[in-house]
Amino acid sequence: MVTLTAPESLETAATAEAPTKVDLADAPVRGLNQDLHHAVDGQSWTVANPGGKHSLAVGITADVTVTIDGHAGYYAAGMHQKGTVTVDGNAGVGLAENIMSGTVHVKGDASQSAAATGHGGLVVIDGNAGARCGISMKGVDIVVGGNIGHMSAFMAQAGRLVVCGDAGDALGDSIYEARIYVKGTVASLGADCIEKPLREEHLAELAELLEAAGRTDNPADFRRYGSARNLYHFHVDNSTAY
Amino acid sequence: MCGIAALQLRNPSLHPRMGSLLSSMLCQIVDRGPDSAGLAVYNTPGLVSPGTSTLSLLGRDQGITTAALTAGVAALLPSDAEAAVKVVGDTTLVSAAVGTDLLAKAVTETVPGSTIIGRGEHVAVMKSVGHPMEIAAEHGLEAMAGSQGLSHTRMATESAVTAGGSHPFSVADDLCLVHNGSFSNHATVRRELKRQGVVFDSENDTEVGARYVASRLQQGDTLEEALINLGKVLDGFYTLVVTTSDSMAVVRDPIACKPAIIAETDDYVAMASEYRALAALPGIENARIFEPEPGKVYTWSL
Repeated sequence: MVTLTAPESLETAATAEAPTKVDLADAPVRGLNQDLHHAVDGQSWTVANPGGKHSLAVGITADVTVTIDGHAGYYAAGMHQKGTVTVDGNAGVGLAENIMSGTVHVKGDASQSAAATGHGGLVVIDGNAGARCGISMKGVDIVVGGNIGHMSAFMAQAGRLVVCGDAGDALGDSIYEARIYVKGTVASLGADCIEKPLREEHLAELAELLEAAGRTDNPADFRRYGSARNLYHFHVDNSTAY
Repeated sequence: MCGIAALQLRNPSLHPRMGSLLSSMLCQIVDRGPDSAGLAVYNTPGLVSPGTSTLSLLGRDQGITTAALTAGVAALLPSDAEAAVKVVGDTTLVSAAVGTDLLAKAVTETVPGSTIIGRGEHVAVMKSVGHPMEIAAEHGLEAMAGSQGLSHTRMATESAVTAGGSHPFSVADDLCLVHNGSFSNHATVRRELKRQGVVFDSENDTEVGARYVASRLQQGDTLEEALINLGKVLDGFYTLVVTTSDSMAVVRDPIACKPAIIAETDDYVAMASEYRALAALPGIENARIFEPEPGKVYTWSL
């Protein structure tokens, strides 16, 4: 399956207006999100004192730049569609859940289920990601600078997952057509996930993804994993593999 | 869903602020469990004192007057035991300079219907039904000093919403356990423990976890070993925090569905269900912040 969304560069164009500053120490999250939903292309926001609050910068549909200065809580940048959200800190459970396009960049760690069910766009996590990273991913590209937890890319259908550190247990369990690249060790592969040859086209797309994530890792140091395609349809002989 | 916030203060100069820090953490996990709550505080002046056992009894009203309770307990103890009773919020604290077993026997004989929710030389346990911040305010958490604090907000799944079913569960001296999740085989493990002579107070799944840990500790396990063994015997979803007189442990089940985040500085170790509960702690910007690995036991000692 072809991935339809090309990764965007993390370098965003300079915006005309000065960023709107929101301090969540005394402004509600609802107000921030409402303003973001009425935004027009080119606007930018900086968010101070996020304090781990939930649902920051969700559902953005305009080409805006949002910088969250601190740690975000659950579901940051969920349903992201356009523009760039940067978290200058860690992100909680469900980062960029169901991202459609655009870019989400976390400079620290992300908790579990990062980029779950993402359909497109690019999610970059400079630190580690917890369990179930890219679970049920459907076209999103994910680049993780550190390690990822267990059951990552479970039932992954499309998109690319790049891990510059190690992967936890059951990587790519019941995977369909997503491609997984891991530089470090893989604790174990899930059902129907196998190592596959790293060919020229893979090195090329990996180089592109690493560059888009602002990383300098050598694509040749990675291994590729994908679907053995034995579990696409139920077959009684495979029952022990489920 | 439930919420957990726990704090171990390494720097004694923070001890006077234990209650206010724990209260600020608790405030952020109310959403996770608004039906009931509980607190355990260690070495809090006015609630416990060195060389004295303190029992925490559920409820402010034990069916007899405070004076009658004091006299009843004192009559059953040696004359120099200095039995004292204090009501704090919805909790009755009974203390005396005797061992906890002897004090518990005296309390049970004086008020047979009482429920002991905490015991030891260092810990006081308070729990109730209702809004967690109201429960904390009623007990005066904000002003409490101490070396460690543990709080839990409950959204009940496995047993009824009762004060007795709220966490922490404190079933051995200075030992407290709180739980976010549910044990699926608690009935089987309860039956096995009952066969070994363990007595239960409730139908709660977490009490089984607490009694199991207490039983392992009694058999000589370290806290870390007891929690590794718990992982082999109890099945289900859990993030657990266990505290003793001088240590704190955190463990998540191997699937790690239930959240946990830890912040560690030279001054404290803090654990919470979510980062927002840690956000207001002093020096958090320079803390080492991490999520505990699935299935791994973390312990810190004072």
